[in-house]
Amino acid sequence: MSVTRDDIIDFIYAEARMLDEGRFTEWLELWLPEGIYWMPLDYKQTDPDLVTSLLYEDDFMRKLRVERLNGARTFSQKPKSRCSHVIQRPFVDKFDPDTGEFETNTSMHYVETRLDEQFLLALTAVHELRLVDGKLRIANKRVDILNSDAAFGNIQLLP
Amino acid sequence: MGIYTGNPNLVSDLVQPGQVHRDVYISDEIYRLEMKHLFANTWVFVGHDSQTPGKGDYITTQVADQPVIMVRHSDNEIKVLYNRCPHKGTKIAIDRSGNTGKFFRCPYHAWSFKTDGCLLAIPLKKGYAETDFGDTAAAKGMKAVGAVHNYRGFVFARLAPEGIAFDDYFGEALSSLDNMVDRAPEGRLEVAGPPLRYMHQCNWKMLVENQTDACHPMVAHESSAGTAIKLFEESDWKEGEPKPMAMEIIAPFMSPYEFYEGMGQRTWSNGHGHSGVSSSIHKDYAEEDAYGSAMIDAYGKERAAEILGENRHNTVYFPNIMMKGPIQQLRNFIPLGPDKTLVESWIYRLVGAPDYLLKRTAMYNRIINAPTSIVGHDDLEMYERAQEGLHTDGNEWVNLYRNAEEGESFDAEWTGIGTSERQMRNQFDAWKRFMLVSMTEAAT
Repeated sequence: MSVTRDDIIDFIYAEARMLDEGRFTEWLELWLPEGIYWMPLDYKQTDPDLVTSLLYEDDFMRKLRVERLNGARTFSQKPKSRCSHVIQRPFVDKFDPDTGEFETNTSMHYVETRLDEQFLLALTAVHELRLVDGKLRIANKRVDILNSDAAFGNIQLLP
Repeated sequence: MGIYTGNPNLVSDLVQPGQVHRDVYISDEIYRLEMKHLFANTWVFVGHDSQTPGKGDYITTQVADQPVIMVRHSDNEIKVLYNRCPHKGTKIAIDRSGNTGKFFRCPYHAWSFKTDGCLLAIPLKKGYAETDFGDTAAAKGMKAVGAVHNYRGFVFARLAPEGIAFDDYFGEALSSLDNMVDRAPEGRLEVAGPPLRYMHQCNWKMLVENQTDACHPMVAHESSAGTAIKLFEESDWKEGEPKPMAMEIIAPFMSPYEFYEGMGQRTWSNGHGHSGVSSSIHKDYAEEDAYGSAMIDAYGKERAAEILGENRHNTVYFPNIMMKGPIQQLRNFIPLGPDKTLVESWIYRLVGAPDYLLKRTAMYNRIINAPTSIVGHDDLEMYERAQEGLHTDGNEWVNLYRNAEEGESFDAEWTGIGTSERQMRNQFDAWKRFMLVSMTEAAT
């Protein structure tokens, strides 16, 4: 399979749609097992290890997060939250079909709602993608919230 | 003005031996009285002195509802000043941290102050020459809080100029803080990065009570801890391999009642107490050798074993912080209203210890205390449901009877079973005393 820039961009749109439709188990399958889903706490944070992040989740934690969302005694998800990603056309910052390595930078507005509450976050997502066995997969994903240092209530789904 | 102001007897009646009236959580008047009396007369956490390592370094924060600046003065002492210009009230600094040099300068009319608050200069000073300006509060500069105490790097303030001394207020409870700092081979901690900031639409006391509530983890956190155990059992992990760190952190929440009962609890007077006397959910973390040998080099074998043998779980320093010694973490429950609490979760580096300990601490913080935490989500859900549920008129009382004893007194140190609600009763015993210490009857 030869990958085009449009394929890369379509992948990012398709992931956002998957999350908005609550297809979280399917979303897990987009990931390579070693991938890390990182959401820094500090503006322009470089160190994921020795200071706190909002998320820095490996395969085990991602599965746990999704399994919990599907669980019967997940009280903070009774009733369930819903989310919406409005995304700007991703920049393809790295396009290397020979090695199968790609990187995108995507601005988004993320809305999450539950009961009468709703909040809006402005995000920049950086995806590292790999072509493995003819399929694009997420190697790493970093989501920077514009006001990551602000005090938030529960953010329960996946910005 | 409501019913409680100037009526200490009515405030006193809100706390009964095994139950408290809902107004302590939902009344706006009680909240304002707490700020004026409880939080003014107790010792409240401000910050860590490693946040202001150099002269002129400052942070802005709050002591209860009071905006303050914590700053390192030219004599190297930490000062805590109310954050307003004595001229017209403008906040002197609003960034979370910075360096002000040798003095603060108000950005509105250029009044300037030494870093202990003393007035340094006012433009057009001759305009005050023929006035009584010298007799006003403004002439004294930026007002300092009533008292400040720096205990092994942890800075506390008492807003009231007169009142209980620091050592009398905390007493033996300081042993938990000592143990946390002693865990550093160099005997000191350093703040590691900014805190998590998590907004809760609930009363601050619900959070403080939850810190020693040993009967909720296996219920409220089944969705995260129970699922973690299930996933781990389904995984292809082999005996002898390291477990995922997340498992070490989350899975113990599913420990049964018997474990939490046996883990024990200790209370001290003035509302302080901790869970985990004989054991703790932090006990079984794997320790690597590099740290153990650094500790032995620093303290000798016997003392190092004594320090690391303490496994206190959560220590509450009344009124509004919780500390986890074994993982160097502090949570500050800042009351912003009867139904609004900002939780700041800080982590610290053990100076002289290898990085993997801080890495675990940072991981614990984000997994448990972040607004994105699958554990935190269920806690906040419970608090917010309680905050709303307390408005129902079917029952006006919150029940804290578990293991209550006849004629219970909280004056002396006590140890007992971990699932008792004694520490919550201890907090309310202190709450009542410090609310009433400066409340007087309204003139009739």
